[in-house]
Amino acid sequence: MDYAVVVALQILSGIATLVIVSLGLAVVFGMMRVINLAHGEFLMLGGYCAILAHGAGINVWISVLALPPVIVGLFGLVVERLLIRRLYGRMIDTMLATWGLSLALIGGVNMAFGNTVSGFSAPLGSFTIGRFHNSVYDMFLVLAAVVLSFSVWAVLRFTPAGLIARGTMQNSEMAAALGVAPDRVYAATFAAGAALSGLAGGLIAPLSGVVPTMGTLYIAKAFITVITGGASMVTGTLTASGLLGTVSTVGTFLTTPVLGEVGLLVVAIVLLRLLPRGITGRFLRQSL
Amino acid sequence: MTQIRSTGLQIAAATVVSITAAWMLPQILELFALINATVFVSMSLLALSLGLVWGFCGILCFGQTAFFGLGGYSYAIAAINFGDTTGAVPIALLVPTVIAGALGYFMFYGRISDVYMGVITLTVTLILYKFANSTAGDQWTIGKAALGGFNGIPGTPPLNLPLQPDQALDPRQVFILAVICLLSCYVVAKLILRTRFGRVAVAIRENEIRAELLGYDVRRHKLGMFVLGGVMAGLAGILFANCVFVSPTMFSLSYAGQVIIWVLVGGVGTLIGPIVGCILVQMLVTWAGTLPDIDANLLLGVVFMLAVLAVPQGLLPAATTALTHLVRRTAG
Repeated sequence: MDYAVVVALQILSGIATLVIVSLGLAVVFGMMRVINLAHGEFLMLGGYCAILAHGAGINVWISVLALPPVIVGLFGLVVERLLIRRLYGRMIDTMLATWGLSLALIGGVNMAFGNTVSGFSAPLGSFTIGRFHNSVYDMFLVLAAVVLSFSVWAVLRFTPAGLIARGTMQNSEMAAALGVAPDRVYAATFAAGAALSGLAGGLIAPLSGVVPTMGTLYIAKAFITVITGGASMVTGTLTASGLLGTVSTVGTFLTTPVLGEVGLLVVAIVLLRLLPRGITGRFLRQSL
Repeated sequence: MTQIRSTGLQIAAATVVSITAAWMLPQILELFALINATVFVSMSLLALSLGLVWGFCGILCFGQTAFFGLGGYSYAIAAINFGDTTGAVPIALLVPTVIAGALGYFMFYGRISDVYMGVITLTVTLILYKFANSTAGDQWTIGKAALGGFNGIPGTPPLNLPLQPDQALDPRQVFILAVICLLSCYVVAKLILRTRFGRVAVAIRENEIRAELLGYDVRRHKLGMFVLGGVMAGLAGILFANCVFVSPTMFSLSYAGQVIIWVLVGGVGTLIGPIVGCILVQMLVTWAGTLPDIDANLLLGVVFMLAVLAVPQGLLPAATTALTHLVRRTAG
């Protein structure tokens, strides 16, 4: 019984991690049709922000929750201005340019901080179920995933900014005719996506440790989750994370972590063959 | 300038360059540099295979390295088991062919669109990467060959003369063989593009729907081109295995990225471009590796971004355009 509860909690935290690392990519891809292959490096930058801030003696919650999204969001704004803006509408070129950015960031951070894993222990301690120890921080991640998804959904659904963003996404010329500057909307959206990625990096930093190449561990998973999810940002990410996170965690328990990940990738490929437009391309099409 | 574009002259020029390289380089380069040159040639072949698939059929395959690695691994495993590379080479070409055929069937007949195709090919490569990395230990052996996990198969046997296992090729001969392979693949690609099949492939790149409405089976042509690219990448893998050894890095994300950089820098839509791009970028990376303070990834990434922003059509087409302008100006 205890074991079942522990496995269930692990599955929940696996799903939550996928949601957290995918959400920033989902916003940028869903709104702007821009595939940001430097997403993993945005996570990595967020992680470094958290580590450096924590090392400088700043309160752990500020360095995990506040600083990474702000700093990486600003960085995203710069990247949008210098790189992404010049390539709108050229999907493949954007993908390739952000891949270049990803390599450059890995190289740059490697030069600055060296190729070593640094980290700090997760706050909040642990709790026990029967004879099993569980990290409270894992549960905090589940909470964070719920809050984040809900916030993104609420902003898009209820606020004027969300309305403008959705309108621009549907028809940018019509939005422009109504007095909205699509350029600014795109810049703000990309910065928001980058901020979400930075926050994700900060959140996972205490769990995984931070290393310049950590982005490559997450980019494929995030990418696949978003594509499997399909057109709707929040619903798609949640359903795809739910499915893939369960597959990978159960696979990990039954076999090895590597085969768990392989299972995730195989399920994603089969799913894309059956539903080429992703889960929300077929089901729940009206959702956000 | 227009007549230079004709197939015959291009093939002749490529042959002359290849013969010169195969004859001169073994005489002037030291052993280590020669092996490095062989690596470059095998990578150029990999670049050529992607250049063909991407540049002439519009299939952006992010996982061309999957076939590269599969070719290398099957060669090493078969060669260790047979003790002779005569049978290993056909097997190492067959495995990527079959996998490319299956994967291509799955994607093209499922009508998966370009971005999703990129994701799927990348995913397959990552699956292979993760799998190859996890094969450490005694339970992971195929016949006599231990897969070796993270370390790969260090004792990859070198090619030998057909049916003479004790007559292994020396590095000089391997280099000449690699150049011959590259040249043959280039010529094959050039000739195929002259056939009806090749022309339809180009039509698909230009406008897939129109090609389909004109009655061509887009799926079959794409599959054919994809498999051809897979075989060439597999051959590149065999050559690579001969001068380095096979390891999971052949499947890694950074290799997968580099191939795309080579083609992009050289020029999508040309065959010589990817080869030139590969050699230039690899020389740059090798040079950057000798600099004490600069990380090679940083340099590569910056080159990549600049290439997309400044010369999106690639160096070779840009140079050709510039040259044509110059000739016109001086002539007129």
